[in-house]
Amino acid sequence: MAIGDGLASNNQRRHLYVEQQVTVGFFTDPTLCIGCKACEVACKEHNALPHDGFVFTAMSYDNTGALGASSYRHVKFVEETALAPDAPPGFLFLSDVCKHCERAGCLEACPTGAIVRTEVGGVFVQDDICNGCGYCVVSCPFGVIDRRQGPVPGAGGAHKCTFCYDRQKDGLVPACAKTCPTESIQFGPLSELRERAEARRQTLLDRGIAGVSVYDPSSVGGIHALFLTVGDGARFGLPSSPEVPTTHLRAAWSSALLTSLFAIVASALAFWGAGP
Amino acid sequence: MTSPEPQTSYHGQPVLKPPVWTWEVPAYFFVGGTSGMSGVLALGSLAGEDSLLLTRGLLWVALVGALVSPVLLILDLGRPARFLNMLRVFKWRSAMSLGVWTLIAFTSCAGTSVLLFEGYAVLVRELGVAAELVTVALSTAIALTAVFGALLATYTGVLLGASAIPVWAANRALLPLHFGVAGLGSAASLAVLLAGDSTPLLLLLAAAAAVETLLLIKNEVSGRGRVVLAPLRRGSGATRLRIATLLMGPVALAGLMIGAAELSALAFLAGSLLSRYAWLALGRESARDPRAVL
Ligand code: SF4
Ligand code: SF4
Repeated sequence: MAIGDGLASNNQRRHLYVEQQVTVGFFTDPTLCIGCKACEVACKEHNALPHDGFVFTAMSYDNTGALGASSYRHVKFVEETALAPDAPPGFLFLSDVCKHCERAGCLEACPTGAIVRTEVGGVFVQDDICNGCGYCVVSCPFGVIDRRQGPVPGAGGAHKCTFCYDRQKDGLVPACAKTCPTESIQFGPLSELRERAEARRQTLLDRGIAGVSVYDPSSVGGIHALFLTVGDGARFGLPSSPEVPTTHLRAAWSSALLTSLFAIVASALAFWGAGP
Repeated sequence: MTSPEPQTSYHGQPVLKPPVWTWEVPAYFFVGGTSGMSGVLALGSLAGEDSLLLTRGLLWVALVGALVSPVLLILDLGRPARFLNMLRVFKWRSAMSLGVWTLIAFTSCAGTSVLLFEGYAVLVRELGVAAELVTVALSTAIALTAVFGALLATYTGVLLGASAIPVWAANRALLPLHFGVAGLGSAASLAVLLAGDSTPLLLLLAAAAAVETLLLIKNEVSGRGRVVLAPLRRGSGATRLRIATLLMGPVALAGLMIGAAELSALAFLAGSLLSRYAWLALGRESARDPRAVL
């Protein structure tokens, strides 16, 4: 278990995952999060992200609002009446992030090939290729990726969490996980994290906390950024059954082909029938 | 102690991102649909007699539309200077990628058709190319223009249907039909306005108007109470779509019945243009509603 491992924790050690092509992931656990937003800050800092304007959302203490083209981590503030029967009312904080889907809608939609999968299984937007067509924006079932509005660096392109691909190539842990003081964000090999998530769920259930589940929707083939949820996933804004948009292709293209055939035949018949 | 409202979303905030597309994209859907289906009409017109002038006009409409389309698409890009990156890859699973390649194929075929058509005399008389050869080449080019044109007019429905926006995805099978028929009717309408009415054009316009009327009725009677389809019931997108399909359907049909062909054509074109904007607005509204995905 990572917590209390100090410098030996996966979140602190250097690694060779990129060289070894190990599929890595995040496991974000809201029962450990204290809502400090250090991950948001570390991410902004490392990726030199522009600010999103100084807005007061009036939603709990959340003034980030949503993931977007310049917010790759977003700590959600969910007001919780009581975690356990005898616990005082409080908050649940969930540091949301790109899910790095196994079947990523954004990646499949991208017409330029700018969005690729990295050696460690992350979904990565190559900023020097992206031409800002905006199709990924409507293809992410989690509303993560967005086009950055100018005039700021990187304007016009689509942006989202890079899984700190640059850091990982240097053997470093993603900035958000590295900085997380409670290790609510855990980084490591995905298979290991799946086990840890399951173990954590079991621990919490044993402690009498009801409705704990691991968010890893199979409808997108699983995700690489796992979350623990308590109660209804909807209040964390996590869709219960996200769809990979390309699953609609068959029905849509069938309709397109039939309509095309209909148009060509109808037009030939109209002219031929009205002929001599 | 008061028991709080059950939390069924994250503070009512949207889950999805709304489309970032601006006016250029629906305008392109309209121009691409109209010019694509003009290519289809051009092929059809070969089956008729004495319609070579019409064929020629239709090919020109196809070509002009094909040349305007990329301008609109490039204008909408976040980084217009990088439009050529669209041609880096060919992706079966990306409707946008297939659409770009369809547009290129369509433009090439329409361009070739126009060149052969306009250059027929020069090729045959002055350069001595066999007339049969030029005719075969021209017919092939027109046939290909029609095939790619039909795909150009319908793939835009696939583009929206195969997305994460609930109201678009829920209409994945309807959208290509809706857009394709709107394109067909618009092509016939434009031809009526430019070249005067003729029976085949009016027949096609009537057929398109009839299909759009059916789609209007289907929209009104089915899908009530489904959260994903809520934007189709009320809101500015719904109003726009109703006006658009009314213009393309019943209004155009009524115009044809009273013999006001040009009025019909104008109504259909206006409805067809408006419908593309309506669907973009519907997509924005749909993305805003967290209930559709949670
Ligand atoms: S969550 Fe969205 S942006 Fe992230 S990989 Fe999945 S589809 Fe792409
Ligand atoms: S992995 Fe890197 S880019 Fe992604 S949220 Fe964490 S710090 Fe930001």
